[in-house]
Amino acid sequence: MPEVKRRQNERLIVILIIGVIALNYPLLSLFSKVKLIFGIPVLYFYLFTVWTVFIGCVALVLEKTTSSPLIIPSPKPEKAE
Amino acid sequence: MLQEWVILLVSFCYLGILFAIAYYGDKRADAGRSIISNPYIYTLSIAVYCTAWTFYGSVGRAATTGAGFLPIYLGPTLMAALWWFVLRKIIRIAKVHRITSIADFISSRYAKDPLIGGIVTIIAVVGILPYISLQLKAVSVSFNVLHTFQGKTHILPAADSVISNPYINTLSMWSGTALYVTLAMSVFAILFGTRHIDASERHEGMVAAVAFESVVKLVAFLVAGIFVSYYLFSGPTELIYDAVKSPELSKLMNLEALGGGYTNWFTLTFLSMMAIMFLPRQFHILVVENVNEEHVKKASWLFPLYLLAINLFVLPISFAGLLFFPDGSVDPDTFVLAVPLHTNQEFVALFVYLGGLSAATGMVIVATIALSTMVCNDLVMPVLLRIRFLQRSDLSSVLLPIRRGSILVILLLGYVFFRLIGESYALVTLGLVSFAAAAQFAPVILIGIYWKGASRRGAIAGLLAGFAVWTYTLLVPSFVKSGWIATSILESGPFGIELLGPYHLFGLNMFDPLTHSVFWSMLANVGLLVGVSLFDRQNAMERLQAAHFVDVFRHEDIDTGLWSGTTTVAELKGLVGRFIGVEQTDKAFSEYAAEHDFDVKTKALADANLVGFAERKLAGAIGSASARVMISSVVKGEEISIEGLMKILDETSQVIEYSHRLEEKSRELEKATAELRAANKRLTELDRLKDEFVSTVTHELRTPLTSVRAFSEILRDNPALPLEERQKFLDIIVKESERLTRLINQVLDLAKIESGSAEWTRECVDLNEVVEEASSSISQLFHENSIHLEEIVPEGAVFVMADRDRLIQVVINLMSNAVKFCEPGTGQVTIRLSTLPGKVRVEVVDNGPGIHPDEQERIFEKFHQLKGLRDEKPRGSGLGLTICHRIIKHHGGHIWVESKPGAGSKFIFELALAEKV
Repeated sequence: MPEVKRRQNERLIVILIIGVIALNYPLLSLFSKVKLIFGIPVLYFYLFTVWTVFIGCVALVLEKTTSSPLIIPSPKPEKAE
Repeated sequence: MLQEWVILLVSFCYLGILFAIAYYGDKRADAGRSIISNPYIYTLSIAVYCTAWTFYGSVGRAATTGAGFLPIYLGPTLMAALWWFVLRKIIRIAKVHRITSIADFISSRYAKDPLIGGIVTIIAVVGILPYISLQLKAVSVSFNVLHTFQGKTHILPAADSVISNPYINTLSMWSGTALYVTLAMSVFAILFGTRHIDASERHEGMVAAVAFESVVKLVAFLVAGIFVSYYLFSGPTELIYDAVKSPELSKLMNLEALGGGYTNWFTLTFLSMMAIMFLPRQFHILVVENVNEEHVKKASWLFPLYLLAINLFVLPISFAGLLFFPDGSVDPDTFVLAVPLHTNQEFVALFVYLGGLSAATGMVIVATIALSTMVCNDLVMPVLLRIRFLQRSDLSSVLLPIRRGSILVILLLGYVFFRLIGESYALVTLGLVSFAAAAQFAPVILIGIYWKGASRRGAIAGLLAGFAVWTYTLLVPSFVKSGWIATSILESGPFGIELLGPYHLFGLNMFDPLTHSVFWSMLANVGLLVGVSLFDRQNAMERLQAAHFVDVFRHEDIDTGLWSGTTTVAELKGLVGRFIGVEQTDKAFSEYAAEHDFDVKTKALADANLVGFAERKLAGAIGSASARVMISSVVKGEEISIEGLMKILDETSQVIEYSHRLEEKSRELEKATAELRAANKRLTELDRLKDEFVSTVTHELRTPLTSVRAFSEILRDNPALPLEERQKFLDIIVKESERLTRLINQVLDLAKIESGSAEWTRECVDLNEVVEEASSSISQLFHENSIHLEEIVPEGAVFVMADRDRLIQVVINLMSNAVKFCEPGTGQVTIRLSTLPGKVRVEVVDNGPGIHPDEQERIFEKFHQLKGLRDEKPRGSGLGLTICHRIIKHHGGHIWVESKPGAGSKFIFELALAEKV
């Protein structure tokens, strides 16, 4: 299933790009504050949240394809004239 | 305070357990029931990435830079997203080519050049030394802390003055804890990694032990974290709340404390992204020890999860450490141990120490095994194989000693590095130097597996340049700090040239030293790799390997037809036996023979497949570059056959080749079509000529027949005709009958000649006589048409071997033809006989209207009649000249016509002179 595989690769690359952007300047600078959220410094809260979500996304993309393979809908029968 | 013997006993018991696990793992592997063949063990073994650096160093770094410890783990998390297609490709390549190390991988990609393998090995060994020294330092420091820390009253020296640490400095170079740790680890690594030479270079027992260690260090660190957060404080939030109150600590909660700012953050992320794949030990675990590609899928998210877990309590522990030791009396790198010890929880500390020990031993074992394989296969073997007298000797017995020796040497070098330089650095700083070195492998691998154009010379240039810049901008300054080199070089550059200062090369001083080094080394590395490759010409071997690597998912049946040279099976067996042992070789060869259905004993010559098989076997033991050298020493002839190359090279060239062939085919077809069209035209023409001939012949036959019949009827119906009249009519009848006979004779004659049933006599004929006779028999015709005939003949007889009557027929035909086309009265015909060297020529020249050049070629063809002359009525059967042509041909001569319209024509024939009897 090269089509499915390509889609999977594309998704992984997009996740990577989003991850790199989220974990670097300038987005990171927004959270560089001495502030607590749920008793945790906001910077660490942000970093660990992004981290967890990132892992979750990768797991989702990689594990989804094995459990439920993409079903390609069969083309509609053409109407006779 | 813990007694020294307790710590030692626990340490050795722990190492004993590890060894038991490794032993069990190897046994299970031998029995074919692998315990490591599942994604969870694979993930845990990858966690060898978390070394003493993570265990002790992260807390230390968090205590000084806040979030600065995190990029080292965020990078691998990001990279893991790409594993599914980048790492899987590398694994597939490594499996197909029996890759045993990262040096092997890179040299294999670039034409199996031993030079590249050597360069990579040297970079790896030099680059990893700081990392190994980091582990030695961590273990010895943790040991010392554990048995000398005396509760709340003890004061440890400050972090930045570790150099005056009494536990290290008061001892001489060759004694002390660190040395014992080094030696113990060497023994351990040797026992683990080099028990036997395995053709696939996989160590299942070691992987099992490393996975176990990953569990131990994670649990130990979590225990330490939970202990600190929930036992010493009432939860992590409480601990953080305490920390916020201190202005010093609250600084660590944003990114201000980060040395080097966001650039440094980015650099660390980038470096760790590269390190997770290209540190030699990571490459070994990820690629060489991988059992199943599918395991990568789970590891891609499980491993980041492991990293997340082991980092959860880093910040609480470092905050606790800073709260307990606010005066800087304890090195932050030892907080994990110092905090439990400080509160007199010695057993927690002991367990934490075990976690740290497992983190360090795991790294040391895998790194030294990976490095010793590289040193043996890519540095020592190529040299040994070049020594002539060793080429024929049994080398299987020296492989293991070489590896064991190199493990010992590498660890001792690490120890020396630690004693000379390591003491003045924090753990993480040491590790980052190694990361920057490992990053030098990234371009040659990543570019190499996606771009076929990356060439051998480009790789050499890139690696050397990157390594040189790394050495100058990171290693040299560390020598400076340890006092080996004058510090002036850092401030004012070498020889006072400020532009070349190692920390601000070419005046670039906006970065921290690490970012500065990574920027310049990557620029040099990638720049030269790409630049040189673009202007390079790759040889066949380079292109072949490049195609193998880039298109690994397309060509999996790699080795067929690659070797076009010849060798014997016995020679191959002897060669392989010298490296992996005769017994194993026999077994491998008979297995191969059974699989491919032939008898090893009777088969004399090895085919390309068997040579490929032997090369892969050897590559598993001594690396692909050395294996190639050895195989080419026994295989005579070309390394690569053209067919093999064509088969492997990218599909584009196959398509080009195919379309070339198609073009050729279509050209051939066009040619054939043109020929067919021409033939068809000729056939149509012939058909038309035949029709014309039939109508002509019919016409010619009917005219005399009609007149014969008409005159006969007159004679029959008018018996009273005067005699004179009757005589005249009878004459006409006779003449017309003669004409008929002549025509029929000619048709028959030609048919005879054509069918080859004509009878030919062969005698010595005087051509003079022939011409004489022909012209006298035809002279009447000339008289009747009042055409002048001139004869020019040489004196004396001219002899040819021929059929006399046929020759006369030719001459008569030509002359009567000439008469036909001459104007009565003014006509002039010349017959000329002349001799040329070896042959005789007869010319019949008239002054008729001449023949159009188009007609000249076809005038001798059957049924052809000249058109458009005088009136439209053809004057002859159209067979006369054809008959002449056939006769002359039969005599081995030539006949042709020379003519210009309006200037008469000249019929010429030539015959060979008879040899003098």
